Amino acid sequence: MIAGLILAASLIALLQFFIFYCRSVIASSSTQVLSVQTRDVTGIVDARVGGDDFDRILELVQLCPERREDRLPIRFIRAYYELLNLLRLTFARMFPDVGAWTERERGGCAYFAAVTLDHRIAFSRNLMAQQMSDHF
Amino acid sequence: MVVCALTKQSFRRYLPLNLYMCVRLLRSVFVLWALTRYGFAASEYKYVYYYSDALLTICLYLAVLHLFSHVFDEMGAEQYLRFGASLLLVGTAIFSYLAVHQASNRLMTRFVVEMSQNLYFIGLVLTYVLWGAMLKLRESRTQLVQLVLSLGIHFSAFAANYAVANLHLQGRGIFAYLTQLVGIWLPAAWTYTLLRTPADARLVPARLRTPADARLVPARLATVVTHR
Repeated sequence: MIAGLILAASLIALLQFFIFYCRSVIASSSTQVLSVQTRDVTGIVDARVGGDDFDRILELVQLCPERREDRLPIRFIRAYYELLNLLRLTFARMFPDVGAWTERERGGCAYFAAVTLDHRIAFSRNLMAQQMSDHF
Repeated sequence: MVVCALTKQSFRRYLPLNLYMCVRLLRSVFVLWALTRYGFAASEYKYVYYYSDALLTICLYLAVLHLFSHVFDEMGAEQYLRFGASLLLVGTAIFSYLAVHQASNRLMTRFVVEMSQNLYFIGLVLTYVLWGAMLKLRESRTQLVQLVLSLGIHFSAFAANYAVANLHLQGRGIFAYLTQLVGIWLPAAWTYTLLRTPADARLVPARLRTPADARLVPARLATVVTHR
């Protein structure tokens, strides 16, 4: 009985902490300015990114050399994005406010992916520059 | 995580968190030693595993208290918090013991699973209270916010995991693997926070609320982040 209650409470808390954590990661990435290279590659004109661009940008991220430290946050934001898609398909039809909110959040996920791509491009450039300097 | 804290000059700022990570490393070495010496099926290994895990969770309580002190440093309420957390810890141990003592025919390992579940749940409650206080006090340090939220995920995932093990649900074998997966979460998340989030970065935690929290008022949901 007690274990059942603990399980239910823990799962609810887990979902809440997960959403808060993802939102805080997205929020901290939203202040970062994208480089010209990333803007060219992704086609992002201003800070506003459509939620539907998330998968496309993430594919570009996966083309770059992997960085260990951003592997886990990418998975988390990916899961959060899927959760938002689920909300969009279910509750958003009944509650328009939720629909607008999920769309904003999906845009935030896409911007996070763009910032990650930006970091990876910078990392690849540094790596290449290092190799060139070692070679010559 | 400790290396990142050293390179980012955050070692002293989050000293208990770094010490916890060092203790965790030592515990892993100790558990590995027990595994190679006694084998996976041996009860000695199980005792080492569960009791060292319980001790590690208590160490994590100290880390939570340290985070509490970060949040309440201007209010001077640290001693009350320490007293409350200690009381909670002793209460959990007594409650777990009494719960298992009633069914004395059960194995001792049952006690450690139940105690671990309760310890993680108390950790979750403490973290939840801390998060609530941070929202109430409008704590804006991004690093602190992310450290606390990572801790919340850690405690709730482990509490749920042990509760499933305790319930003897069907398909609980998966949760043995999940334990290992959840175990890497905290060092990875804290490392990411220390590496990627500047120490002076600010955000508004109240704005992290979902429409359900904000009573479906979309205007309040735009996330605002500022840097000092």
